[in-house]
Amino acid sequence: MAKVLVVTSGKGGVGKTTSSAALGAALAHGGEKVVVIDFDVGLRNLDLVMGAERRVVFDLINVVQGDAKLNQALIRDKRLENLSLLPASQTRDKDALTEEGVARVLDELREKFDWIICDSPAGIERGATMAMRHADVAVVVTNPEVSSVRDSDRIIGLLDSKTELAEKGGRIEKHLLLTRYDPVRAERGEMLKVDDVLEILSIPLIGIIPESEEVLRASNVGSPVTLNNPASAPGRAYFDAVRRLKGETVELTIPTDKKGLFGKLFGRRAA
Amino acid sequence: MNLLSFFNRRTSAPVARERLQILLAHERGIVGGKPDLVAQLREEILAVVRRHVMVEQDNVQVKMNRDSDISTLEIEIEIPAPVAARA
Repeated sequence: MAKVLVVTSGKGGVGKTTSSAALGAALAHGGEKVVVIDFDVGLRNLDLVMGAERRVVFDLINVVQGDAKLNQALIRDKRLENLSLLPASQTRDKDALTEEGVARVLDELREKFDWIICDSPAGIERGATMAMRHADVAVVVTNPEVSSVRDSDRIIGLLDSKTELAEKGGRIEKHLLLTRYDPVRAERGEMLKVDDVLEILSIPLIGIIPESEEVLRASNVGSPVTLNNPASAPGRAYFDAVRRLKGETVELTIPTDKKGLFGKLFGRRAA
Repeated sequence: MNLLSFFNRRTSAPVARERLQILLAHERGIVGGKPDLVAQLREEILAVVRRHVMVEQDNVQVKMNRDSDISTLEIEIEIPAPVAARA
């Protein structure tokens, strides 16, 4: 059965799009049929991060409004044939996202894919609420930094009250993805530690993505970091996160680009 | 100042952690039972005062301090002198 996963955070710039692309590509690499949807109407970027910016013809709004067929708007990844992208519109308004329209598109996608990843825009406005509305699972992307943690707390509250699942009395599965983590600075007391963030937000941890040059390098060339350099520290961290997402128990380590020392020093178990 | 306090002075993460815990306790409504109880109190107290005296917005000073154990709300209202009392 298809799973709808929202990648959200409240705050901008914490790594939602990077993580959507990386998780989507890692899932597809493992043989799953994956579609990644950009909900950031007006400020689309997932196409760019995935290297498909020159192939966008139709977008989510076109499909929602019935101006294009889903198959016309889906862009198949050139590297992984079971990975697709549904881009956001760059010119339209977020108000064009109707709840019924989005629900209809998601129902159609559920027939074709195993995973539907909704890349949420920042904020708590319509784009963000529409991205989370029909989700079964949420990945809350958080940086170890005060404003990001506060906004994540707010988003967790919305996930528990404003999603379809929550309104029907169910509980949406929530996972914390801690990104841009620097174990050395955290150990020195200059950065919130993994346990600090976990204690404050109290949702289970799905992965720790270390701060790494590889993330920018991958976006520069338009390739998800899990495809561009799967052996890099963030690449491995995202692959581990995907295994946990699929229900495997994987020991929680913080991969490093430098000779495995920190991974050993700061290894811990997943919650 | 010993070496330890020199190093402790530099660590900012514990400060971040404490600030977040206090802030989120308020935002989640754990402290005071309701989200933003203090802000609501401020509005209602001012409304009661306005029912009896005309108060200029400029003559009201409101200070709020939210802490982990107690929150304080300080309202200072300048009540205008009664206009030309009955002669």
